Amino acid sequence: MTTRFPAVRLLGAAAAVAAAAGILYGCASAPSASEDAALTARTIAIMKASFKPKGQAGLDRLDQDETQRLCSQNAEGKLPDSIVKKIEQENLAAVKYPADGKLVGNWKEGEKVAELGQGMQFSDDPKKPNGANCYACHQLSPKQEAYGTIGPSLYEFAKKRGYTEETRRYAWAKVYDAEAFSACTNMPRFGQHHILTEQQIRDVVALLVDPASPVNQ
Amino acid sequence: MRSIHRLTLIVGAAAIAVATLAGPVVAQTTLENASAKYRQDLSEGNPADLWVARGQEMWKVPRGPKKVSFESCDLGLGPGVVKGAYAQLPRWFADAGRVMDLETRLVWCMVNQQGYTHAEATKQTFGNGSRHRSDLEALTAYVAKESDGVKMNVSLADPHVREMYDVGKKAFFYHAGTHDFACATCHAEDNVRIRLQYLPNLTKPEGAQKAYTTWPAYRVAQGETRTFQWRLNDCFRQQRFPDLIYGSDLSIALTTYLAASANGAVYVGPGIKL
Repeated sequence: MTTRFPAVRLLGAAAAVAAAAGILYGCASAPSASEDAALTARTIAIMKASFKPKGQAGLDRLDQDETQRLCSQNAEGKLPDSIVKKIEQENLAAVKYPADGKLVGNWKEGEKVAELGQGMQFSDDPKKPNGANCYACHQLSPKQEAYGTIGPSLYEFAKKRGYTEETRRYAWAKVYDAEAFSACTNMPRFGQHHILTEQQIRDVVALLVDPASPVNQ
Repeated sequence: MRSIHRLTLIVGAAAIAVATLAGPVVAQTTLENASAKYRQDLSEGNPADLWVARGQEMWKVPRGPKKVSFESCDLGLGPGVVKGAYAQLPRWFADAGRVMDLETRLVWCMVNQQGYTHAEATKQTFGNGSRHRSDLEALTAYVAKESDGVKMNVSLADPHVREMYDVGKKAFFYHAGTHDFACATCHAEDNVRIRLQYLPNLTKPEGAQKAYTTWPAYRVAQGETRTFQWRLNDCFRQQRFPDLIYGSDLSIALTTYLAASANGAVYVGPGIKL
């Protein structure tokens, strides 16, 4: 299904990054960069041996891209500015806008996507559509009181920002690849990782920017 | 009775736990059913006691091709000693050459002392209704209950255990998969919630203590008593990772990290959760 990166490459890269991170931080405190690199390599080896494929979730799910690898170094919650910039620039460059230029779909469909929690878990039927489960982390429509607080409230998203092309393009890009604006955010990259279809993103954007959407009432 | 008190803690926090995965209409109905069942279960005591009783019965009975009981099984405090055993696990076992949590150790005893194959011992790690009950869940609930009131005291003095702790902590921050999730995505911040369920910040002692000392737990929505191995497996499912192997080194590493982070707190399980 997805590309499987050779474990060797991943291990080597992890060690290199860990070593580089140690140099960047320039700290003398334990553990040393080489100790940390060894621990990272050991951890990845243990992870690789500790899962089995199930349903749609293969072992390739454990392979990290550059963003994931860098953000996994972020245990202390503080990455150097240069790394933050690098992550955001690379992800911004990866944002794809729809070929037809149509950014806004149907907010009612977007509301369904925002409610739906299924998708990509080994227990989920891959033939069924994926949801975004926006409400798991965000307040959106005030009618839905069962919302989470890991992310900011999105109530009055466009009412506050203005019903402009800029707002629409920002909403699209943020849903498509949130790492472009906030390195190591908790928010998944719904477009970049093909969690949502282009039409689903349009509908979620509509939920955020349509003046008629309950989000903006 | 004490268990009832700590339940009240969970009630508010977990009110719409089940809504996390489902749509609003389904969630409401499931929630109402779960809440009603929860209230009923509360008034009758913790149903996890049934698993504890079954595990206790099983403990002394000769089992497997070799007809050996768990009274030969050393959980770290000597053969057959269960009092306080759960609160000091995971630990290094020289006879197995591995750091093990309780569940992995039980499987080891079933294989190496009772004569089961590994496949037989792990055939039903998690129960699924009365026809597919899990001996491991019952045995784990029983042994855990024997630490009720005991302070968590996982020693990191052994270098093997220390390594597993360090690996577990590293793995806690490992982002991967379709959603970029790590354990830390949901469990590294204070006072945040998914839908209406508040999440423990497991990077702090208070969060780790409150969470770890209440597992295993009877899950009302599932009608099963679940263990920490189950908790980890289901977290990874929601992280969009593949299937965490029961007793794998990663499961033991994360358990070591969290159990040791809970050190000093009094173990009060098995608990009950929505």
